[in-house]
Amino acid sequence: MFTYYLQLALRSLGRNKALTALMVLAVALGIGASMTTLIVFHVLSGDPLPGRSAQLYYPQVDPRDNGGLMPGKDPPGQVTLIDGRNLLHARHADRQALMTGGSVPVQPDMAAIDPFYVDARYTSADFFPMFAVPFRYGHGWTAADDGAKARQVVIGHELNNRLFGGRDSVGRQLRLAGTSFRIVGVLDDWRPAPHFYDLNMGAYDSAEQVFLPLETALALRLDHDGSTDCWGNGSGGVGTGLPSNSCVWLQFWVQLNDSASASAYRDFLARYSQQQRTLGRFQRAPNVRLPSLMQWLDYNHVVPDDVRLQTGLAFGFLLVCLVNTVGLMLAKFMRRAGELGVRRALGASRRAVFEQLLIESGVIGLVGGIGGLLLALLGLWIVRQRAASYAGLAQLDPQMLLATFLLAIGATLVAGLLPAWRACQVTPALQLKSN
Amino acid sequence: MDILPILSTLRRHKITALLVVLEIALTCAIVCNAVFLISQRLDRMKMFSGVAEHELVQIQAYGIGKTADAKAHAQEDLLRLRQIPGVKEVALVNQVPFTNSSWNTSIKLDPEQKQATLNATQYFGENLIDTFGAQLVAGRDFEPGEYLDMREVARDEKLAKKINTLIITRDLGQKLWPGQSALGKTIYLGGDPARVVGVVAGLIRPSLFNGDASAQWSMVFPLRMDSDNASRYVLRTAPKDRDRVLAAAVAALRKADPHRIILEKKTLDDIRAEFFQDDRAMAGLLLGVCIALLVVTGLGIVGLGSFWVAQRRRTIGVRRALGATRGSILRYFQTENFLLATIGIALGMALAYGINLFLMLHYELPRLPAYYFPVGAIALWLIGQVAVLGPAMRAAAVPPVVATRSV
Repeated sequence: MFTYYLQLALRSLGRNKALTALMVLAVALGIGASMTTLIVFHVLSGDPLPGRSAQLYYPQVDPRDNGGLMPGKDPPGQVTLIDGRNLLHARHADRQALMTGGSVPVQPDMAAIDPFYVDARYTSADFFPMFAVPFRYGHGWTAADDGAKARQVVIGHELNNRLFGGRDSVGRQLRLAGTSFRIVGVLDDWRPAPHFYDLNMGAYDSAEQVFLPLETALALRLDHDGSTDCWGNGSGGVGTGLPSNSCVWLQFWVQLNDSASASAYRDFLARYSQQQRTLGRFQRAPNVRLPSLMQWLDYNHVVPDDVRLQTGLAFGFLLVCLVNTVGLMLAKFMRRAGELGVRRALGASRRAVFEQLLIESGVIGLVGGIGGLLLALLGLWIVRQRAASYAGLAQLDPQMLLATFLLAIGATLVAGLLPAWRACQVTPALQLKSN
Repeated sequence: MDILPILSTLRRHKITALLVVLEIALTCAIVCNAVFLISQRLDRMKMFSGVAEHELVQIQAYGIGKTADAKAHAQEDLLRLRQIPGVKEVALVNQVPFTNSSWNTSIKLDPEQKQATLNATQYFGENLIDTFGAQLVAGRDFEPGEYLDMREVARDEKLAKKINTLIITRDLGQKLWPGQSALGKTIYLGGDPARVVGVVAGLIRPSLFNGDASAQWSMVFPLRMDSDNASRYVLRTAPKDRDRVLAAAVAALRKADPHRIILEKKTLDDIRAEFFQDDRAMAGLLLGVCIALLVVTGLGIVGLGSFWVAQRRRTIGVRRALGATRGSILRYFQTENFLLATIGIALGMALAYGINLFLMLHYELPRLPAYYFPVGAIALWLIGQVAVLGPAMRAAAVPPVVATRSV
């Protein structure tokens, strides 16, 4: 029966080629536009570390003075060096890492390559296990290396390709900013999106290519990048190296394996703030937060407003396209009332007529969906050509491919329901008479 | 034209008529808001910078490691750059408009104030005003003796207190002292006072992270940068010489220090175009969606109109046989479309207003200007009329003899 109905549907669609083309085109445009934006939205609002993000937290304390105090306001989004070190050395979490961004000049040994700058991350040992960073060769450094200000470096595989042709470079020396470092590890492909651990560096930037122990970078006075917020008279020294202790400029992340340790950690942060207040460093009453990774991303509105707007717009467009298709299909089915009347009079049940019409709208959905998928691929290609930092992330994954198809078929079936239902309400006798 | 027969026909095609109305309403609502968004983006792209954009080029050059004689280094660089034929002005500055990297600080009007008044950006660099081509509208530029070395100031807090003059933009002056002249007024950075000695027509912030309303909140201080604490060399030249000057400047900087890394070399026009590329892309996308929407809606009306004409062929024939002219058949379909469009537009306006309210709430968008409503209405009426013209003419061409034939 299905193949017969399919034949009928194709014949009926073929009878009115321009109209069929219009319906298919409308569905394809709507699906294409909405899937392109939805995929971009899906990628940008995704979980950077699936399976792990629930255990990662971003502790915030409030070290500011009382100037400009507004009760209930959130504490700063970063920590001072002194608080960062205190929290790091307290080791109250299962894992913890203190970090900031920077950029360092790479001076290759080969004369063929001119020196160049790369983005760097100055961090502590737990960074790699805590964020489950994949290594191609070697491994990270240890907490002891942090303390010893070791001249060790972990490099990204892009830099490894550029300098060592992709070979295992562990144990080799690398000159950075005039200092020689020993390479201890080479990362595999790693691009968490968003760049969650430091959103100041561009929320969708790719991961850094150089990772150094934070204490080493501080000792060598390497340039630091990112956001620095100061208060009071403590703007620190511009050009003198480090921001002062009344500036927040580092990120501190912890891993807490269960909710009990999360609430214990929150208490610890409050105790720490109180203790610092007693010591006279903090002036404000303890004001702590402990957002999880996904909460932190939410709080910072990482998905660009434009992307949200585009998604909304595309779905509005899809809605218009569907209304258009419903209208056209309804008109088409109603015009065939006579034919349907004959079928009904010859004994076809309402259900059979309904099925037949639904198959016809399903065919439009299928063809429109395939067209929409092609348009979505084209749309994603256009997005990738753009200079936005997230451009490279706009890829279709199998999950979204399936979603596109379901959306296309689902949308047109829903669109076909009303016309098909209306058309099968036709009273056969009336139709036969009027003709 | 009598509209009662039209209404009674439409009553027999309620759902189809409703769908047309709905489609027109949605299209109207989305297109009104999208066009408004486009105009917002285009306005933003025209943002006033206050600098001689078409005459500026920027080179970002870093030395490796700290140099002992960074000041001499920078002066030598500037001298070499100035000698390039066609170069009018040169400066080594801490930040450049549209580069998204900026130094900012909060300022107060009274040292005892608890809350800072606002956050403004700080431009440093000798000869910055002339090089950027910022227009002084009151007061004066800094005198050569007024400049202090950034390097010294950073080392010595006492020296920092000696920076007590600044130049601000007209907008910042009006924000701080509405209706008064900013000249001679004092602001406080931390606890240190600085007096306004000059006002420029404009000097846009390098990054608009605080929103577009604060785009012009800029201050210029008499500080001299060196090659350790600044990397941005700005050159001013005639627009036609920019490419040549850029190449010559890179060569000159490389000659002065072969080990330095040239990170970026661009004209300010290019930098500006990059700064607004998201707006341009968004405007393009919105325009594309608007066109697609109008085309889909237009074609939808054509399709539906054709169906109705085909369905009513016999009725039309009867009317023609009873004496209706071609013109009256044509007008019948046009009026029908006009009626549907009018209901759709009315609904669409309400919807457009609602969407605009939502956008105002969530995306800090201004209110939709009232003239969008009549303009949108006329546009949709026109599209409806054009779209229905084809089917209506086909209807008018139906010969009266159809009435006498059975289908």
